[in-house]
Amino acid sequence: MIEVRFHGRGGQGAVTAARMLAEAAFLEGKYAQAFPFFGAERRGAPVVAFARLDTRPVRLRSQIYEPDHVVVLDPTLLRAVNVTEGLKPGGLLVLNARERPGKLEAGRVVWVDATSIAVEEMGAPITNMAMLGAYVRASGEVSLESVLRAVGDYFRGKMGERNLRAIRRAYEEARE
Amino acid sequence: MRRLLNGNEAAALAAKLARVQVVSAYPITPQTVVVETLAKYVADGELEAEFVKVESEHSALSVCLGASATGARAFTATSSQGLMLMSEILYVVSGMRLPVVMANANRSLSAPLSIWNDQQDSLAVRDSGWIQLYCESNQEILDLLLQAFLLAERVSLPAMVCYDGYILSHTAEAVEVPEQAEVDAFLPPYSPSLKLDPDRPLTMGPVGVPEVYMEARYMQHRDTRRAREEFLRVAEEFGRRFGRRYGILEEYRTEGAELLLLTMGSLASTAKEAVDRCRERGEKVGLVKLTLYRPFPDGEVVEALKRAKVVGVLEKDISTGWMGALYTDTVAAFANESRRPLFQNFILGLGSRDVRLEDLEGIIGALRKAAEEGKVGENPRWVGLKGEMVE
Amino acid sequence: MIPAQELLAPGHRACPGCGEVMALRLILKALGKEVIVVEATGCMEVVTTPYPQTAWRVPWIHGAFENAAAVASGVEAALKRLGRKGVKVVAIGGDGGTADIGLQALSGMMERGHSVMYVCTDNEAYMNTGIQRSGTTPFGAWTTTTPAGKVWRGEDRPKKDVPSIALAHRIPYVATASVGYPRDLLWKVRKAAAVEGPSYLHVHCPCPTGWRYDSALSVRLARLAVETGCWILWEAEGGSIRLTFRPERRKPVVEYLRLQGRFSHLTEEEVRRIQQEVDERCRELGLGWYG
Repeated sequence: MIEVRFHGRGGQGAVTAARMLAEAAFLEGKYAQAFPFFGAERRGAPVVAFARLDTRPVRLRSQIYEPDHVVVLDPTLLRAVNVTEGLKPGGLLVLNARERPGKLEAGRVVWVDATSIAVEEMGAPITNMAMLGAYVRASGEVSLESVLRAVGDYFRGKMGERNLRAIRRAYEEARE
Repeated sequence: MRRLLNGNEAAALAAKLARVQVVSAYPITPQTVVVETLAKYVADGELEAEFVKVESEHSALSVCLGASATGARAFTATSSQGLMLMSEILYVVSGMRLPVVMANANRSLSAPLSIWNDQQDSLAVRDSGWIQLYCESNQEILDLLLQAFLLAERVSLPAMVCYDGYILSHTAEAVEVPEQAEVDAFLPPYSPSLKLDPDRPLTMGPVGVPEVYMEARYMQHRDTRRAREEFLRVAEEFGRRFGRRYGILEEYRTEGAELLLLTMGSLASTAKEAVDRCRERGEKVGLVKLTLYRPFPDGEVVEALKRAKVVGVLEKDISTGWMGALYTDTVAAFANESRRPLFQNFILGLGSRDVRLEDLEGIIGALRKAAEEGKVGENPRWVGLKGEMVE
Repeated sequence: MIPAQELLAPGHRACPGCGEVMALRLILKALGKEVIVVEATGCMEVVTTPYPQTAWRVPWIHGAFENAAAVASGVEAALKRLGRKGVKVVAIGGDGGTADIGLQALSGMMERGHSVMYVCTDNEAYMNTGIQRSGTTPFGAWTTTTPAGKVWRGEDRPKKDVPSIALAHRIPYVATASVGYPRDLLWKVRKAAAVEGPSYLHVHCPCPTGWRYDSALSVRLARLAVETGCWILWEAEGGSIRLTFRPERRKPVVEYLRLQGRFSHLTEEEVRRIQQEVDERCRELGLGWYG
């Protein structure tokens, strides 16, 4: 089982990112669970969302304390929150960053300028789709096609197309 | 067709598949998505129902009361404070034998205010005469709601399907969604023989003078007890049609178990993982998950638990100043049994205090110790309390 | 003019001279059989339905005290969904069930526009529990919770104006009525029932037990309330109030007050204050001076 934790700020779509990841895994015939942090949330405040992916039914219903992967949607969170807390040894950290980040407590660090991609492709700094693209590239847990299909099913019309462009671009631009 | 749904979406979809005719509900976290989803179904013409946008939960249930008495299939959904506000009308609906169905996303009670999960809300109204079913997964939410409609209408009693707030209501997971035609074949349209109709005038909800009140309550009680058998019949029909088998309770790896966990709701999932881990180490541990809590299935509970040495009753509620509700009910069921296990009550998960695999292994450890010593420790034991609270 | 058909059977257990029962009987005569009645807890529910007996010859349901308007909303929604046409839904509550504990449900019902006719039978106190004050108890009235003692002088607040609250919901029809004026009442019931959407009818109903008067005087008191201007008969279609009865010469309020034990403690000064308040309200509605 792979456990993923998404860090974002209220309004950036961390919960949707977790759900779209679960949808993509589901489309591939895997078992998946996506859920928000069970706590108080408000716009702009740090929020967390989770996903569990497995090849057998997921039964654990506790929160995730030792994730295999961490995805950070907002660069300012690195100063506000200990995003690598509990990250498994050798774990994957995927960051939204303008430039190569400094030393971090993670096995692998992958980064992409998701804010620029989001602003250019979607017209707003809603970075969840771009970060999902980068995460798919970095982890290989689900295929790009599955994520595009999941997001395309969920968001129709213009909004859907913009989301898909942001995912594709981040997938291409993600660096290690 | 399989779909990824959160618990609230599964509940709303079940109501739609049941072709509810009157929906009345009021927003409250964590149930709100049920109301929103049903509103969208009606707005988009996918569900042909009267959606009554009320000013309180008290009125929501009152609208359902009136609609059900007039012969419509009525549905509401709520949580926590909303259920408390409904509590007066819960008794009226069950006493009038109206098969209203409700989804309750389990949430804590104020004060202190908490929008988070436990089961204090529905357990507080366990005496209200509603059938209560508890769900372990989103699949169970959809399936048990469909069964609740059929059961409620067959026994002329209201039914409440309870599922853990956030842990299920806000968690997306795979749900097998039946076709409308399959549901239609399982659940026929509601057509009560007695209803408000000017062609056949009828007085409903009269005064129960002392000469008749007790008989009315007795008949309600008797029929509620009988709902256990009807639930089994409904579950059997459901299983035959949809391939998913439900029972009054589920026994998980209970064969030869000396230590048993008893719980309700989503905690059963994590508990199954804990049982698996213990079984791998060769420990004789099992789990009993109760699906039907009201009417209380004493016979089934005794049968499932009686061979254990120690039973741990795990629940997300507390009768303040005493024990948990499930514990007191379970121990009462054993009152006249000559041989009975030791029982220990574990209060956990209040206000969304997370219950981790480690907590469950700790509980199993405490049961093991009780089995060895022949007596239980602190009872009830509060699990996951912060260190400074432990005396 | 008034139909002979009795849809509220005799033999119920109301007190002799009960104004509320007079109202129900007349209202049912005006409505006929194609109705469903939803009733709030109160005297009328208790005296008409002691199981296994019922005085109701039309379908009738009682849920609780404060929810008649909400239950009626559900009945109406169900009729609509089931395609049952031509059935009028009527909710009935006393003053407690309407002005106090049921006000929220009533407001919701009117706001949502249900085709429900709501009737308040107002006897100006909680009579079912034994004469406690309600929001519609008039100034100066003795009740068991507004006793006249050394410090208190009966009810210290004026009567709550529920019809105006109904009017503020901009519903198609609002009216006040009195059991002392049956033809006016029947006329208004028929209009209220014919309306598409919510209508509200507030009926003044003397209560010999709670107001402390000889039960033979109920109709006379109902009429005196109107003749003195203590209760004003009006209707409002589309929001504008029209008086439906205008006494030729308004009588002084003391004629109405002095027949009732609940006002017997009042001093001349207090009666003057009541007169002033009644005058004020009559002026607002264009009902002239007395005398």
